[in-house]
Amino acid sequence: MANGTATKAHWAQQLFEWIDARFPLSAVWKSQVSEYYAPKNFNFWYYFGSLALVVLVLQIVSGIFLTMNYKPDAGLAFASVEYIMREVSWGWLIRYLHSTGASAFFICVYLHMFRALLYGSYRKPRELTWLLGVFIFLCLMAEGFFGYLLPWGQMSYWGAQVIVNLFGAIPLVGEQLAIWIRGDYVIGDATLNRFFAFHVIAVPLVLLGIIVAHLIALHETGSNNPDGVEIKKTIDPQTGHPADGIPFHPYYTVKDLFGVMVFLLVFAVIVFFAPEVGGYFLEHNNFIPADPLKTPPHIAPVWYFTPYYSVLRATTDELKWVIGIAVVLFMLWALVRRGSNKTRTVLLGIGVVLLAGLFLLQAKVWGVLLMGTSVVIFAFLPWLDRSPVKSIRYKGWMFKLALFLFVVSFFVLGYLGMQVPTTTLTRIAQVCTVIYFAFFLLMPWYTSIDKTEPEPERLT
Amino acid sequence: MLKTIFAAALAVVALVATSGHAAEGEKLDHVAVDITDLASLQSGARTFVNYCLNCHSASLVRYNALRQIGLTDEQIKDNLMFTAEKIGMPMSIAMAPGDAKVWFGSVPPDLSVVARSRGPDWLYTYLRGFYRDPQTPTGWNNMVYPNVGMPHALWRLQGERVLKEQEALREGKPILGEDGKPRKVVTLVAVSPGTQSVAQYDKTVYDLVNFLTWMGEPNQLARKQIGVWVLFGLAVLILLTYLLKRAYWKDVH
Repeated sequence: MANGTATKAHWAQQLFEWIDARFPLSAVWKSQVSEYYAPKNFNFWYYFGSLALVVLVLQIVSGIFLTMNYKPDAGLAFASVEYIMREVSWGWLIRYLHSTGASAFFICVYLHMFRALLYGSYRKPRELTWLLGVFIFLCLMAEGFFGYLLPWGQMSYWGAQVIVNLFGAIPLVGEQLAIWIRGDYVIGDATLNRFFAFHVIAVPLVLLGIIVAHLIALHETGSNNPDGVEIKKTIDPQTGHPADGIPFHPYYTVKDLFGVMVFLLVFAVIVFFAPEVGGYFLEHNNFIPADPLKTPPHIAPVWYFTPYYSVLRATTDELKWVIGIAVVLFMLWALVRRGSNKTRTVLLGIGVVLLAGLFLLQAKVWGVLLMGTSVVIFAFLPWLDRSPVKSIRYKGWMFKLALFLFVVSFFVLGYLGMQVPTTTLTRIAQVCTVIYFAFFLLMPWYTSIDKTEPEPERLT
Repeated sequence: MLKTIFAAALAVVALVATSGHAAEGEKLDHVAVDITDLASLQSGARTFVNYCLNCHSASLVRYNALRQIGLTDEQIKDNLMFTAEKIGMPMSIAMAPGDAKVWFGSVPPDLSVVARSRGPDWLYTYLRGFYRDPQTPTGWNNMVYPNVGMPHALWRLQGERVLKEQEALREGKPILGEDGKPRKVVTLVAVSPGTQSVAQYDKTVYDLVNFLTWMGEPNQLARKQIGVWVLFGLAVLILLTYLLKRAYWKDVH
């Protein structure tokens, strides 16, 4: 066999041809990777999509190994986690990879979303990619919430208790609904078992499906870029490809590979040297086994939920007055705006319903509504942003200021959500809640009057 | 714009870095634990099995885990293993939780991971903060954890102390409070000596806290040692992938 390698290559080629005759393997590879043209000017913010994908794989793999030793039983769960930490070979590493990965997932996704805010990636024609992304974010929150109960520590237990009790605030059906979710009158073994089922199979299955759809939608429209200019507008006549585009493979595969290594370095520093991150990634009180009879003096969710938790706590009777004033202003605007009488009637109707809700529903119910809205409101961005340009590079000072205030209030709300509330802190949280919602609700106004610079024809 | 966002992010990171275990009101004494100090860990293990492991279990820890702090199976069996038959058995106790609830008002918690929930500083201050108080059922009270159900298990070593309210002095003169009256400070005063001096007792508690910290996560030392190699490997990979990226991107302008 002097011609060994040639025969082998021939054999491999034959295999690919065999597959291609039955499955579009090379066609998918070409259309999605090697001949998917991406803008050549991706910057730092564009690493986080691929990094989120890496963390997803890490969570699935480490999760599978955790499942091999974890016991979803109220009597055994806490000890089984410590069994993994102590007795299972490399169990401590698997567990820390998973616990750090949970926080890393949210960091990557938050930065990925922030990139979209910076460069208008949610704008036409990528609305569906954005909507699927918001759906991923919701699933991720559900995944994090269900998973957090599993170690069965005090914070697991009481965090779940607080969140499930929120459903009890819904008028008429709330109490029954909460019992239906828990499968018990308090968080118990039944709850742990169903949360385990949701965490290890139900939510990941949905999550994987939407992530695939998110990528397919993205590759249909093509990626946005820091200039917010569509690269498909300028096709190179010689190649027939976008003049400012480069094939995803090998250019972005090697670039993202470098990004992954840098990310893993930061990740490893946490996993190996500070896996608790001062009580933020692994809370101190979660090393006390769950005790239904001992309510901890201070219950705080994990950091990635705290901004929304802050919104919930900030919604007091006083904040209802602020909402009331906002609704009245909205109705006045509906009266004076140009447009059909039909639209006006609908808008005024919405206002009346909201005002009636303010009278009828307690602040607690409004808190739950606002907390839910503070997450879901991201889905409306494609239609709230009326700016003629996509990227912050060409937007005016009003958008820049609004985004800055939004980011600051997001961080402040996140911090306050971990603290014991005081009168002053609640007041600050209320101010930040108003800023948070104003960023979205006033966006149609400030983006349409903002002075923008003209977008360039090509990438800069 | 971006700079401000980075600054905000940095502020949050700084916040994370400076926060630790929450101390409720009481100021805690800081202790620098060192889980590489095998002599200290062994001394702490001795104190633990002799004084703690009667009411508190450490049921997530097996006796043979003590091999990791430099002890042989024989040493463990002969000197430390009072509550089990075999070296692979967990550090459990004979006291029934129901009895404990009646005797102490609450069940003494398992101490396997107590160092991870309380933190070394709290444990160190707590174990040195007991004083005589005739008004509690056990006759003991604690500066860090008022009206705790636990009596002073180490009292023979530390001796007995009582609370004393004194006028706060600075250079021999009383310090006045905001209301103009002399400010009071509460201190503990020894009324009968223990078998150890103050320094010796502090060392005993230090060793015990050191042991509890090790026991909270026995693999923490290995974790850090492996981590150094992982970081080194990743640094090499960062360099290689950077060079690869640069080589591929040469023709992109």
